[in-house]
Amino acid sequence: MARRESPEINAGSMADIAFLLLIFFLVTTTMDVDSGIARKLPPYDEQKAPPPPVKKQNILQVLVNANDEILVNEDYMELRDLRQKAMDFVDNNYKGDCDYCQGSRDKTMSENPEKHVISLQNDRGTSYEMYIAVQNELTAAYRELRNRESRLRFGRNYDLLSDEDAKEIAKLYPLNISEAEPLKL
Amino acid sequence: MSKFKKKTGGKGPGISTASLPDIVFMLLFFFMVTTVMREVELKLENKKPRATEVKKLEKRSLVSYIYIGPPKQMYQAQFGREPRVQLNDQFARLDDIQQFAIAEKEEKSESERPLMQFSIKADRGVKMGIVSDVKLELRKANALKINYSTEKGTPRPLE
Repeated sequence: MARRESPEINAGSMADIAFLLLIFFLVTTTMDVDSGIARKLPPYDEQKAPPPPVKKQNILQVLVNANDEILVNEDYMELRDLRQKAMDFVDNNYKGDCDYCQGSRDKTMSENPEKHVISLQNDRGTSYEMYIAVQNELTAAYRELRNRESRLRFGRNYDLLSDEDAKEIAKLYPLNISEAEPLKL
Repeated sequence: MSKFKKKTGGKGPGISTASLPDIVFMLLFFFMVTTVMREVELKLENKKPRATEVKKLEKRSLVSYIYIGPPKQMYQAQFGREPRVQLNDQFARLDDIQQFAIAEKEEKSESERPLMQFSIKADRGVKMGIVSDVKLELRKANALKINYSTEKGTPRPLE
């Protein structure tokens, strides 16, 4: 009996088909990971309860006006100086009960990192780019303080710490940025 | 007598391409798995500002996006040039944001809700007015974890 051999399917074009699909996915894929500055908003309060009293020296008031100019505690300031100013302010330790602070204990700045508040207020006409830049500088100030402390304690940067250690460091320099409603002009 | 006889003359064997499809398939699967299709069609300009202190957004499924920016050229006749808000696939009014935030919350399971984030993707050219309005609406809807979407890099005003 004659045995018929079944014809083999030519797989030579499989590579071409796969290439076609590959190129499609190569083109459509976007590798960018979404990233940004994370913030927490305060809960909405209809009655607008008055804010808890804070000593004036514990507040660093940052105003950004419609011309993207920065006013820190009523003094004009360049954006590039803001980071250092915020660091000095948070780390000031006027009261002297913060044993890890290295501030200058100036009597016009915060009592200790726990009590400080950075109050950020912008205008409706402030550009978004400037606002992000200011937020960025303030965040950077906290990051530098936390990094310094975590290098002293754990020998590593803050973002390389385990969750538990990171929490401990974050507690030492809590991020207290309070945002007021923008001015309406 | 030697076992290792030198082949003299003749062409070497051709390189087999039989494994080429396998390699290509491997690459294909990699890209198929990693690819993320754009879910919404952007109807407005959206160039991110730059910042250095960025955090990665983890868990894409728990992130909702709010786009802010001036409408693209083709929509300007209809919607004007002033910055607008886009939710999902269409332009929205500020009043819609609360509804949107609540609807997004409803979609997620109870346990995941505290981890939800709202990513504000605003064009770098917009003013803070509209961004503040959006933030106020989010606060009213009790959607408090937000993220200002940025690119990595030195902020432009610092340059």
